[in-house]
Amino acid sequence: MLEIKNLHVKLAEEDKVILRGLDLKIGAGEVHAIMGPNGSGKSTLSYVLSGRDGYEVTEGSATLLGEELLEMEPEARAAAGLFLAFQYPVEIPGVGNMTFLRTALNAQRKARGEEEVSAGDFLKLVREKAKTLKIDAEMLKRPVNVGFSGGEKKRNEILQMAILEPKMCILDETDSGLDVDAMKLVSDGVNALRDAGRSFLVITHYQRLLDHIKPDVVHIMAAGRIVKTGGPDLALEVENNGYADILAEVQA
Amino acid sequence: MTMQQAKADALAARLATGQPGQGGWLGAAQAAALARLRGMGLPGKRDEYWRYTDPTSLNAPDAPSAALFDSRGEAPPFSGLDRLRLVFVDGIFDQAQSDDPVLEGIEIERLGSAALNPSHWAAGLYGTLETRGQTPVERPFAALNTAQATEGVLIRVTGRPSKPVSLIYLHKSERSDAILHHFVKIESGAELTLLENGPAAARLSKVLEVEVADTGRFHHIRTQGRDHERRAVSHIFARIGAGALFKSFTLTANGRLTRNEAVLELAGADAVAHIAGASVGDGDFHHDDTVFVTHAAERCESRQVYKKVLKNGAVGVFQGKILVKQGAQKTDGYQISQSLLLDEDSQFLAKPELEIYADDVKCSHGSTSGAIDDTALYYLRSRGVPLKQAQSLLVLAFLAEAIAEIEDEAIAEDIRARLEAWLHRHEH
Repeated sequence: MLEIKNLHVKLAEEDKVILRGLDLKIGAGEVHAIMGPNGSGKSTLSYVLSGRDGYEVTEGSATLLGEELLEMEPEARAAAGLFLAFQYPVEIPGVGNMTFLRTALNAQRKARGEEEVSAGDFLKLVREKAKTLKIDAEMLKRPVNVGFSGGEKKRNEILQMAILEPKMCILDETDSGLDVDAMKLVSDGVNALRDAGRSFLVITHYQRLLDHIKPDVVHIMAAGRIVKTGGPDLALEVENNGYADILAEVQA
Repeated sequence: MTMQQAKADALAARLATGQPGQGGWLGAAQAAALARLRGMGLPGKRDEYWRYTDPTSLNAPDAPSAALFDSRGEAPPFSGLDRLRLVFVDGIFDQAQSDDPVLEGIEIERLGSAALNPSHWAAGLYGTLETRGQTPVERPFAALNTAQATEGVLIRVTGRPSKPVSLIYLHKSERSDAILHHFVKIESGAELTLLENGPAAARLSKVLEVEVADTGRFHHIRTQGRDHERRAVSHIFARIGAGALFKSFTLTANGRLTRNEAVLELAGADAVAHIAGASVGDGDFHHDDTVFVTHAAERCESRQVYKKVLKNGAVGVFQGKILVKQGAQKTDGYQISQSLLLDEDSQFLAKPELEIYADDVKCSHGSTSGAIDDTALYYLRSRGVPLKQAQSLLVLAFLAEAIAEIEDEAIAEDIRARLEAWLHRHEH
């Protein structure tokens, strides 16, 4: 599904290197988690993959289903099946949530040469998905993320994911700012989307999210690289002992 | 030659091209306006309220020519609405193209014919709101308009007419110079929606006086035509009675020079006045909104919402003032003026003013200018919305607060669609 090879990235306007030769391969239907201390480059990885400005790829490649991602515009990456659930979902005053969702869905379908979804079918689709995420109709009428609580913003990200049906989902610290109930709701939303043809990359600081979204593979990232890879147990090890032991072991 | 002499000469030249004076009450109003105008002279670049807008082309005796705009068959604004249409061609009423001005709850008469009737309701009223509006800030072009206007409509609303009155201003001659002066009187409990659209002429001077009696309601939506080279100076003078409502929205797309002045007086307690504008300009475009809202009574609410989208050297100006008089307690005043600069060549000049003499009031104002929010743009694109479409969405979102001031959803949708089409045509 997603294959990243020897990825080197620096900030476009500063001489600050963030990713230093990152390798990662996620197969179809797999759930991978990336954990790591602050400043290890986890969020940068998600931004670079989704095409945010301000980063310069100096070496390496990233392909989605064999297509080179790094040369595509952000909208083309989305149409190709990539989705990033933002750590800080953006508020867009003046753009209604429904308008936004429908514009996005139809733009992607158009880019893939598919028929646009009619207003009626779209409404039905949103209502059904919103219900399972406990998103009320009032929230859908409001401008995108404006006045939403932290939990509502994250649920809105998962709603977008459910409607756009991407192939490769990246969740950037989706657990941050969520209480226990909200985390359960968001995780249930994600789990409902797990499918043999859909892969996930879950970026998190904490093991607790991984209790709900059970990963197949856990990676530890430090200083811009994956330094250790293991099964779900690796996340427990981090939870119990912190990163220091693992980092010391890697450096040794 | 002294400044005074220069101003007097410029005024004499300007007046030489005007219409001959009338008799009757209209003649008296014209003579009084002329005397006011002689007292103030035409505006110059050094005048406080003309620092950001050059009045030269408005002062010139003859209208500079303006090419006619080809709308390529696109339906004009408000086409889909059931309305009573009154058509003016280059500032002259065109009876053949207009509807019969008969509607229950409303009296409509042309200025020229009403002037022949000494006991017409507008006698003694016409020009009075303009006169009041000359203090504390002089508005020479409004006085000039009253001194010269012979065309316009006088509308008295006594009920709730079943449809809007729609003034349609067609521009057919490249050098036309139009002067229009309307008076609208909303009686107590009455309600009217007034629509205006079209450029009217190569150069337009327009005054709209609106008296809204206690509990009356007035809705005004206008679009100023898309002719790139047209020039316009317009004034709205409104006096709003107790518990009455005044709402006005203006869409301006294109136009070499537009100066829209609004002078609103909240004269009775619990009156509400909202005035809003959305303007979009690409290139040779200078748009000036100059607004003065006076709170003269208790518990009144006013909102000024102005949004401008500027590119390729377009210039936007906003001069907005809220004056809260002594005794106007519990005033709720709001003013926002914002511009979205789509490139570094465009300019927005804003001068918000508050002057408050009451101690229990809520007044807020804000003015910003900036570019499209990169983070929002990235967020939309990351969901698959292509760059141009994402930009248009964000520009429309920026304009939304102004469009939200239009109560009628069908009209708001018409305006929104026009802005969307304009943005689409001006994508680069």
